[in-house]
Amino acid sequence: MSKELQLSDPLQKVIDALTDEFFDKIIEIYQSSGDTFVRFEADATLDLCKYLRDEQGFVYLCDIFGIDRYTNEERFEVVYNLVSLRDRTRLFLKIRCEEENPKVDSVYSLWPSANWFEREVYDMFGIRFRNHPDHRRIYMPEDYKYFPLRKEFPLLGIPGSIELPSTTPDPD
Amino acid sequence: MKLEDIRSKVNPTFFKEHQNSLYKSLEDKHTTIEEMDDGDPLNAKMVLNMGPQHPATHGVLRMVLQLNGETIEKAKLDIGYLHRGVEKIAENKTYQEFMPYTDRMDYLSPYSNNVALCTAVEKIANVEVPERAHYIRMIGCELARISSHLLWLGTLVMDAGAVSFFIWTFREREKIYDIMDHLTGHRFTVSHARIGGVANDITDSAMGLIKEFAQTFPKELKGWHKFLDRNRIFIDRNENVGNVPTEKALAIGATGPVLRATGYAYDIRKFAPYARYDEIDFEVPTRLEGDNLARYFVRMEEMHESIKIIYQCLEKLPKGPVRTDNAKQAYPSKDEVYYSMEGMIHDFMMTDTGICPPAGAEAYHAVEAPKGELGYYIQSDGTGHPWRLKIKAPSFCNLQVLENILDGEMVADTVVIIGGMDPVLGEADK
Repeated sequence: MSKELQLSDPLQKVIDALTDEFFDKIIEIYQSSGDTFVRFEADATLDLCKYLRDEQGFVYLCDIFGIDRYTNEERFEVVYNLVSLRDRTRLFLKIRCEEENPKVDSVYSLWPSANWFEREVYDMFGIRFRNHPDHRRIYMPEDYKYFPLRKEFPLLGIPGSIELPSTTPDPD
Repeated sequence: MKLEDIRSKVNPTFFKEHQNSLYKSLEDKHTTIEEMDDGDPLNAKMVLNMGPQHPATHGVLRMVLQLNGETIEKAKLDIGYLHRGVEKIAENKTYQEFMPYTDRMDYLSPYSNNVALCTAVEKIANVEVPERAHYIRMIGCELARISSHLLWLGTLVMDAGAVSFFIWTFREREKIYDIMDHLTGHRFTVSHARIGGVANDITDSAMGLIKEFAQTFPKELKGWHKFLDRNRIFIDRNENVGNVPTEKALAIGATGPVLRATGYAYDIRKFAPYARYDEIDFEVPTRLEGDNLARYFVRMEEMHESIKIIYQCLEKLPKGPVRTDNAKQAYPSKDEVYYSMEGMIHDFMMTDTGICPPAGAEAYHAVEAPKGELGYYIQSDGTGHPWRLKIKAPSFCNLQVLENILDGEMVADTVVIIGGMDPVLGEADK
């Protein structure tokens, strides 16, 4: 599976160990433009992340972001951008979730920095995170009902969806 | 302070639900800590809103602080007041069209932002960049770093109480604006990098100004060191203020100088060298203390290193083209556009469709912006517009650090701590 990939030595070790440990959970491992992506079953998120953090040195969570694939099945993707300072490697993890009631596990317990990253994913895509300590929107106000980075959201926004101060003085 | 108490006093006009949930989340923070004394006979407790229009918050940052006397018990940050949705905009623009928006992300160092976007697009679309363009980009990036650090320094010292210092750093920033004017044609939002190179070569006048700046600036910097390094007032305001513990720094997601001030030499220029940083000799300054003073020393030393890099770039600057000569990947030169039909068609195609990375390709490329790791993740669907473009903004990460370290500090120090974090809200809010 990972044979045709061109990996640096430390990354090769990580991938080998990962495929040994989670062979039934990993769906695919691929490379694109030199970056390595590992896609796995969403229910293994916490175990796999814990393994990578504790055993493989990925102590730094750089970013979490969402992708709207706009497909019928498994519409949303959540990507974790992990960095190992020890091996100077970067690894991307991917999980997918359904359009109806998208929900994945929060990795806040492993990396507290996930707090705001996950809030941003929720704000932009409406993906919810289980056991998140502060599950609020981050950019848009809480009163807002839409998720702007979903593909069906119009570029110009939805008129009237956000309450704005009046630009004319009060009549009375 | 209970939510009911706040509700009885505050009656928000807009976004009622938002305000309520913000206060609720402030109340919920550290629920494990027992209320020592529920009764408050001296009336020392209050909830204070700082920002979004507070001048010391460096933009539109809003902080909700729960105070006990002058000590912050817990703090919550509210961002998004400058949210413009640039990631959504990016999905509807060609890659080159999107570049002026990146200028307005971290508006204190537009050059780094341009380079970050370009390097990411070049990575995903396999574009070769000529040697000379790499060096010009490095010069521009380091000038941007100095410019950004100068603003940080001026405002930090101003936040600590010395107003005239701000004018001195701005005199130097003005020189960098002049250099940018001669180098790129714009003073502020430069948009100088192009996919596949840069827009134009360094002019002789820009070259002269850069050399002059590189000679005079270290002297100026030396004077500032003399003024601040052992300044009793400055040290008292900054030492042991806003501590980011080394063991917590990675976990709470610190990046850039904030992370390096805690002892991790994580610098993208060394971690994954881009442009030609691997051919340049420079140090990554670090400190161990993790407080505001450590961040001061790290940034000051970074400015010295930037000057070193600029000198080496000027020395090594190779001759040659500044943009790749492949009409499918980069804009043709203006000579071609004006004097040949083909050039004109290519120019039109680049403007209309732009560069099209292979369908399904994904790439992440980060550069070391003045504030920290600035990364662009691009997913392509084979058209000229990105399917998804995600910006990993360093200020966003550092603001999260701010929320974590404010608890237990004094109100008067928040201003200095924000100054030391050096967030730019244009970038944090996207």
